Amino acid sequence: MAPAKGNQPRHHILSVTVENRAGVLARVAGLFSRRGYNIYSLAVAPTDDERFSRITIVVDVESSPLEQVTKQLFKLINVVKISELDPAEATERELVLATVRAEPKSRGEVIELVQVFEGRIVDVGYDQLTVMLAGAPSKLDDFEDLMRSYGIVELQRTGRVALPKLERQAPRLRSVSGAVG
Amino acid sequence: MKLTGAQALIKSLEMEQVEVMFGLPGGAILPVYDPIIESTIRHILVRHEQGAGHMAEGYAHATGRPGVAMVTSGPAATNIVTPLCDAYMDSIPLVCVTGQVARSAIGTDAFQECDTTGITMAVTKHNWLVTDAQDIPQVVAEAFHVATTGRPGPVLIDLPKDVSNATMDWYWPNGVDLPGYKPTTRGHPRMIREAARLIASAQRPVIYAGGGILKARAAEALRALVDDTGIPVVTTLMARGAFPDDHPMCLGMPGMHGNYTAVTAMQKADLLIALGSRFDDRVTGKVSAFAPEAKVVHVDIDPAELGKVRRPDVPIVGDCRLVIEELVAAVRQQTEPEPVPDRGPWIDQIRQWQRQYPLAYDRNPPDGVLKPQFVVESLRDATPDDTIVVAGVGQHQMWTSQYWRFNHPYTWVNSGGLGTMGFAVPAAIGAKVGRPDRTVWAVDGDGCFQMTAQELVTASAERIPVKIAILNNAYLGMVRQWQEMFYDERYSEVYLSPDLPDYVKWADAMGCVGLRVEAPEEVGPAIDKANEIDDRPVVIDFRTDSSEKVFPMVPAGGSNDDIVVDPAHGEGGR
Repeated sequence: MAPAKGNQPRHHILSVTVENRAGVLARVAGLFSRRGYNIYSLAVAPTDDERFSRITIVVDVESSPLEQVTKQLFKLINVVKISELDPAEATERELVLATVRAEPKSRGEVIELVQVFEGRIVDVGYDQLTVMLAGAPSKLDDFEDLMRSYGIVELQRTGRVALPKLERQAPRLRSVSGAVG
Repeated sequence: MKLTGAQALIKSLEMEQVEVMFGLPGGAILPVYDPIIESTIRHILVRHEQGAGHMAEGYAHATGRPGVAMVTSGPAATNIVTPLCDAYMDSIPLVCVTGQVARSAIGTDAFQECDTTGITMAVTKHNWLVTDAQDIPQVVAEAFHVATTGRPGPVLIDLPKDVSNATMDWYWPNGVDLPGYKPTTRGHPRMIREAARLIASAQRPVIYAGGGILKARAAEALRALVDDTGIPVVTTLMARGAFPDDHPMCLGMPGMHGNYTAVTAMQKADLLIALGSRFDDRVTGKVSAFAPEAKVVHVDIDPAELGKVRRPDVPIVGDCRLVIEELVAAVRQQTEPEPVPDRGPWIDQIRQWQRQYPLAYDRNPPDGVLKPQFVVESLRDATPDDTIVVAGVGQHQMWTSQYWRFNHPYTWVNSGGLGTMGFAVPAAIGAKVGRPDRTVWAVDGDGCFQMTAQELVTASAERIPVKIAILNNAYLGMVRQWQEMFYDERYSEVYLSPDLPDYVKWADAMGCVGLRVEAPEEVGPAIDKANEIDDRPVVIDFRTDSSEKVFPMVPAGGSNDDIVVDPAHGEGGR
């Protein structure tokens, strides 16, 4: 159930900093379901500061109801900060573990494709391989599509994490005239 | 000092200056009931946990202080979910303590276990499951802070029995640490200036005052704004009394059952100044057709209310009192150099609507039946001006809001957002506990009364002399009205029967004085008699006309332009 391609304007990434306390995820997720919005992807883990966790939520929704959800979300006492990341201005990564069929005759092709995608083979069975791949979600989608022809036995994606893209240029020097005196 | 968790909880409530709490003990909360014996806090033992919640709400409505309720786990906690949701919808500060099974039993489907924090997550501003007795003072301090600041609301503390029994080192926190909770109280100066500019140039402005005025103690500030600007005010169901009905600029209640002038003035306005009001569907009717020509200035402490229903031209996040005071100052600065546009024609138009379409009902019904509006007017005229009036939900609620004249803030207590039948009796008890100096009248429907009447046992036992007027039309009246108007008079399951129960006997049995009134001439003497009784609750069973309907009315989902006025204005009067 990937978000429809070419439907980019509806795809929003929320990066939500929350207090690292029991039940916070339920509060956040519950708010979405109460208002009738489906969370497409959700990843949560502690940050560098152990008091806080970051929840990355991907929703497929129009902007105006999202604004209301964001405002409601911010009313939660344990929510400290919410940023919406523009997908064009964000670095997004996701990890997939996939067990795929790899009969002896096709094993070479599968291994080659994994290498092309810069994935790693993390487990080897008699006629199956388990592959790990991290990357931009669209790259994972492409990999999934290719593996399907060999046969996907099991697949687990993590949900995406994202951070804003960094400034490309040094900030312009400010005029010094106002700063003196 | 070593205390048990239970002792720490009670001491923490004392530190928060809690005077009274409403509750009912049970297994999981038993440890906490023990130190109540030595506490300065008055505990009122209710007959049903829903009653405890609504009493705490009534107390909070009438006093502005947080209401406190304490009950046990499982069914007690689920019984208090309705008051929590009610308080959440109406922004009532409430602190609810629930017992929970011991930590080791949580998750085992133990006797009287339920996931109280899970259940109440959606109907509280915040809730806590306490897992360490040492946290109790901190959690209580946070709970009161969250309940009473920003947009007020209910909070819940779930306390496992073993945590109550554990020992802790007593302390009282010197502050709260909530990094994600910092309500904005001051309005943005640029927005204030922009609002003042719109106010100064509007020709047909209306102030749309909501319950937030009362929550922010902003009634005086509102008065100053109106006296400075001469802008007429509508007071929503939650805001009745926030601006005095006897003020010439008060238009009364807008909305589905608002009066013609309030509804139409909003529809025709070129500027709506929404203060602590949330564009509820019962006010706006069909949103796309609501006040089509109006620019909107929207002031609310809750940023999520701005743009939720109608996108404001000038959004101002802040405390209503502070923002209105800032607005008053900004408007004074603004209007001194250039005169305000002539609003004479607008006020003339409003006066004309008021003359043409006053609230009306048939004052001389041919068969001499008792009209509910007449009962409300008689009650209003026979009781002190500062009487606290409480209503349940339905026709009686609307008639009371329409026909009472609220000239003081905090004199109207009702369930606006959730529309909770059975609210009136316990809420009246809570209001009277909070304001024992005031006369408290509940106007209730017979359907509502049957839901929570047992709390009058609490009132009798605790010597809380509330007065209840049942507008008994033997029907679930508002449902009957809709079935009559929209379901071809197919009256499905709305007839309650006038004789079952006998409300006079029922009142007597609960330790109240019961009276019955069947004819208009009996109304005055019965009310006078009830007003004289001050040592126990009184219940008057007013047998009213069951065919009476609430007018004006905007059909649900309809445009406010399509308001239907009372037939007393003539056939098809619009």
